Amino acid sequence: MSAPRPEHEFPEPERYELHEGPFYHFEISRREFVQVLGAGILISVAVPTAFAQRPGRGESSAKLAQRLHLGADGVITVFTSKVEVGQGSRTQLTQAAAEELRVRVDRIRLIMADTAVVPNDGGTAGSQTTPSTVPAIRKACAAARELLLDTAATNFNVDPKSLSVRDGNVEGLGSGRQFTYADLGGEKHAEALKRDVALGVTVTEVAQWKVLGTPVARVGGTEIVTGAHRYPSDIARPGMLYGKVLRPPSYGAQLIEIDLAPARAMADVSAVRDGDFVGFAAPTSFAAERAREETAKSAKWNTAPHPSSDELYVYLRAHASSERSRRDKKGSPEEAFKAAGKVLRESYHIAYIQHAPMEPRAAVAEWTNDQLTVWTGTQQPARVQDDLAKALRIPRERVRVIVPDTGGGFGGKHSGEVAVEAARLAMAAKKPVSVRWSREDEFTWAYFRPAGVIDVAGALDEKGTLVAWEHVNFNSGASAIGTPYQIPNVATEFKACEAPLRSGSYRALAATGNTFARESFMDELAAAADSDPLEFRLCHLKNERQRAVLVAAAELFGWKTEWKKNSARQKIGVGLACGTEKGSYVACCAKIEVDERDGTFNVLKVSEAFECGAIQNPGNLRAQVEGCIIMGLGGALREEIRFQDGKILNPKFSQYHVPRFKDVPQIETVLLNRPDLPSVGAGETPIIGIAPAIANALFNSAQTRIRSLPIRNSGYHAAG
Amino acid sequence: MNASLQFTVNGKSKRVSTDPRRTLLDVLREDLGLTGTKYGCGEGQCRACTVLLDGTPTRSCLTEITEVQGRKVETIEALARDGNLHPVQQAFLKENAMQCGYCVPGMILTTVGLLKRNPNPTQVQIIDALNGNLCRCCGYVNIIKAVERAAQSSKEAISK
Repeated sequence: MSAPRPEHEFPEPERYELHEGPFYHFEISRREFVQVLGAGILISVAVPTAFAQRPGRGESSAKLAQRLHLGADGVITVFTSKVEVGQGSRTQLTQAAAEELRVRVDRIRLIMADTAVVPNDGGTAGSQTTPSTVPAIRKACAAARELLLDTAATNFNVDPKSLSVRDGNVEGLGSGRQFTYADLGGEKHAEALKRDVALGVTVTEVAQWKVLGTPVARVGGTEIVTGAHRYPSDIARPGMLYGKVLRPPSYGAQLIEIDLAPARAMADVSAVRDGDFVGFAAPTSFAAERAREETAKSAKWNTAPHPSSDELYVYLRAHASSERSRRDKKGSPEEAFKAAGKVLRESYHIAYIQHAPMEPRAAVAEWTNDQLTVWTGTQQPARVQDDLAKALRIPRERVRVIVPDTGGGFGGKHSGEVAVEAARLAMAAKKPVSVRWSREDEFTWAYFRPAGVIDVAGALDEKGTLVAWEHVNFNSGASAIGTPYQIPNVATEFKACEAPLRSGSYRALAATGNTFARESFMDELAAAADSDPLEFRLCHLKNERQRAVLVAAAELFGWKTEWKKNSARQKIGVGLACGTEKGSYVACCAKIEVDERDGTFNVLKVSEAFECGAIQNPGNLRAQVEGCIIMGLGGALREEIRFQDGKILNPKFSQYHVPRFKDVPQIETVLLNRPDLPSVGAGETPIIGIAPAIANALFNSAQTRIRSLPIRNSGYHAAG
Repeated sequence: MNASLQFTVNGKSKRVSTDPRRTLLDVLREDLGLTGTKYGCGEGQCRACTVLLDGTPTRSCLTEITEVQGRKVETIEALARDGNLHPVQQAFLKENAMQCGYCVPGMILTTVGLLKRNPNPTQVQIIDALNGNLCRCCGYVNIIKAVERAAQSSKEAISK
């Protein structure tokens, strides 16, 4: 089976993706790849490749890809290239299949992200699993259900309209008669099944949902609580070695010379130098680490100058690219600013932060003849397959990438460095090799959410109405750069920069910084217009969904009684923010308590309303919203990657402080269900409101305007 | 020079000959195949590597293997008995206290240790006991509920 090419896969709406070639350059020879499935019915679907989806490409590159296998043994297997990194995709996709097949959730076996057997649904990014993959799986499973009904009707010579499926069995055939998905695999029906299934199948209406829409618990939960689940870093193969890779002392450093002899003198150690790549494999990670340490002593490097985080925001402004800029305009903002009575302009900063998933990058690589299999934790299996093929100079058909459910992603695992490292070491050692990055490796050699400088300007007329808006983002990205508010004259611009650190996706990526800037600035404008921040927003909001979450959050929080206009410092402060991204809507209110003696504050309460269309799993949705609020607290309060001379200064959890139990405020959420609207993704957008809500609460309390994240750099810092 | 060590892991006596500078975490994962114990930071800041050492939650990434000579180690793999999940495991499932789940073994073993010391913890005591454990999915709300449920169910088990 050949998979579609990955570089044209479903683009993330946020197009600020890490796209770098592999780190290393290798050579290897070739052979064909074989894969086998058990007895039963395999339902393939015509999946237009993303290449074909581009306008004007036609349908010629549509491919058949297996989506569903109805085993003669009764096992139902569903295939997807999506990965589970904690966001709940495995459970949600299993629910989708169970719903349409009319079977219990535990009847479904979902094979995720094994490039040898799954169709290319794209990588796991941009909140696309819910709007794209759930419908694809539902359609295939609905088609299978119709196939079952049709075949049963023919077999028993009854009207298919009189039949239905319940718990995987056809009902309405008459007493004692059974017909199940397993029966479809029988020889008897082979002829009848040689046909195309109608593509126009209808999926189950939201009002009829029995499995979707319910809080199904995490599929695979028992394996997690018993420690039986094998994450990428837990995969073990017979004879497997453990690998360590020599890292440059700083960004941009080039290896001049190194002596591998000390490592090669060690028992059972395999040492490789291939260009800039130097790595070691040994029967224990300890022995591999000793080999690395011994070898590092002889390494000579040419280092390169590198900017410091102290000068970051000046640096970004100075390194904006004039070519790589994206502009958008509505009305006549220049004229409107000139004519306006009151104009405010401010700049906001957001720091580099890191995803820091609990499981650092890990991969196990195994060569069988000339076939390479790699188990690794990535959100982009097809892209990693491609990276491996390029780095090792083998056809991608000989590379199989398998992604076991992985220990966290948050947009931070779109790349395949560790897979390439493991594959290169395994090739040299002629044994499977597991490479597991250390936390320090992850904090240094993975990538970051881009830092940014954001300039915002707003013009008010004499009635306090916004008449013009300008929003310019340097480096951190374009998503949510537009405003949800009704403003007649708007100019936005994203300027890409030559950035000092390797950057890539993140949870809601640029919508974090752009929403922080916009919603903080809306608060400044509300104060300038002498308005309640809630009323000021509502006056400028027409979008009914955005209004609904804002009103719901404010009611839940008790905004009308909590908010008081302050002209002097006070202990308690409240703030709010709202926004939209990737088709979902969020509003967030926060209450803080400031201790003016030492500038510390506590976040007392957060109330958030969220709406993402028809809710598919309310339990998981609530967990995602709560997780986003708390993760967002990290970037708001403390998280910041600091660097100097090409080195990360805080590459440890003892130095880079992420949220802990003690940071958790009282959290209230309201999930607005809209069964009349298509479901969209929910793992990202709920993060965007918390930082501006807290910054606005600090203004309300301390009369201090926060224009830079994390807040700890501004003289106020979260207690704890 | 390897050291020859004997200790008990999940009720079974183990003899290991290994470099004495290795950590308990590495020996559990690489020599004994007990991968339920996770690496998260290597500096004792996340407690994904928590095991019970003589019944006390201990960071195996900071524990040199020689320190466990003659002692009793319990890992997440041994918590379920005769196919029955431990009440803390059941509580984590019941409250869906997991997203990626990578921190869960450490969370569960820390909770087991807490409930041994203090079968009836307040929410403040739960937060104090678990504050060293990181969950980057930030599923802290459900984890607190799971620990409260586990405390409740062990209280009920004792009163029966």
